[in-house]
Amino acid sequence: MSSGLGLENLVDQTISVITNDGRNIVGILKGFDQATNIILDESHERVYSTKEGVQQLVLGLYIIRGDNISIVGELDEELDASLDLSLLRAHPLKPVIH
Amino acid sequence: MLFFSYFKDLVGREVTVELKNDLAIRGTLHSVDQYLNIKLENTRVVDQDKYPHMLSVWNCFIRGSVVRYVQLPPDGVDVELLHDATRREARGG
Repeated sequence: MSSGLGLENLVDQTISVITNDGRNIVGILKGFDQATNIILDESHERVYSTKEGVQQLVLGLYIIRGDNISIVGELDEELDASLDLSLLRAHPLKPVIH
Repeated sequence: MLFFSYFKDLVGREVTVELKNDLAIRGTLHSVDQYLNIKLENTRVVDQDKYPHMLSVWNCFIRGSVVRYVQLPPDGVDVELLHDATRREARGG
């Protein structure tokens, strides 16, 4: 009875991962496991700041360890394309404190 | 097991999940698992101006280990039922 919540319906979709240190990484979900370890392809990090628009850093093929993951969000590509990231100003996300 | 069963009964209700990084996300409870990982639909961040990081996300998976609070609808809490379930769990060990 150890069938956890699957991320199966998100495989091959573009997802937005929020990590425990407050980073936002966007990429295509290629694989996952019960510990929520994740394989992300074509990934890039979105760096938010209050002084300039969102910076996008290309990362490539990544494995993110499950114990460092807060949120896995399903990205709506249409909506995301309509966003002008160069205009977004925001404080970086806070790190998780247990 | 108790909270797993309790959350399964709340599927379909609106909840607000507050995380340990102070982010608060409102949405419809879609599903929950044995680790109390939570899947929410129709998500919106509570303070969207402060946290625009999830503007294009409608559904999300929240890892149980990072949840601080789950804010529930008041009529979603049957206190008597929870009391009984708690007593049974305490006895059963």
